[in-house]
Amino acid sequence: MKRELLDILACPVCKADLDLIVEEENDEIISGKLICKKCRAEYPIEDGIPNMLPPGERV
Amino acid sequence: MIYEPAEDSELLLEAALEEIKEDDEVIEIGVGSGFVSEKLIDKCHFLLATDISPYAVKEAKKKGIEVIRTDLAKGIKKKFSLVLFNPPYLELEEELKFDDWLDKAINGGKNGVEVICRFLDSLAEILSKDGRAILIVSSINIPRIFDEIEKRGYRYSVIKRKKLFFEELFALKVENKS
Repeated sequence: MKRELLDILACPVCKADLDLIVEEENDEIISGKLICKKCRAEYPIEDGIPNMLPPGERV
Repeated sequence: MIYEPAEDSELLLEAALEEIKEDDEVIEIGVGSGFVSEKLIDKCHFLLATDISPYAVKEAKKKGIEVIRTDLAKGIKKKFSLVLFNPPYLELEEELKFDDWLDKAINGGKNGVEVICRFLDSLAEILSKDGRAILIVSSINIPRIFDEIEKRGYRYSVIKRKKLFFEELFALKVENKS
């Protein structure tokens, strides 16, 4: 995902803003995670794709 | 495991190509293989896509589409001027269900309208004031779906239709009442 995408993402559970932790980045973020500033839920970024499914709904 | 582009995908693409403007900010919900979005990327200001399927998002990403794995548009806090959705609109019979990702791409729940109703419920969060949503529905969802749209205070018009052997597909343009 492009870094700018962070501005339009929110926690799907509590709607709060997210912190970004980057593990791998070239012209976009390849892997890392997004962490909710409020409820601390974590959303992984893998292969450049953020997974915004709530932790309990991931299959 | 990914829904193959079919007549409904083509109908959405044709309708979107007629509707899209250079300054549009576009979101396609349920991007699937990326068949529609990949042909729109260069025709608008910004395009984002979502899908709930892990297979679909990977396939769409390969086509250069900025994609998010989520249910509908949950976790996205932005309004778009053009919203596209080719929803699952069939009601699968129990004995035909496999509960896999392909089922999720076609199974619309009771009367085929459950997912569309959830989409309409969340549309206010992602549709800009003057924005347009293009929604594909089947004759099997009609007239029920028209009531559901009106109930939520939107207006709609049929902008394209395609007759198939056993059903007819409609591209609906859904907008805020001015």
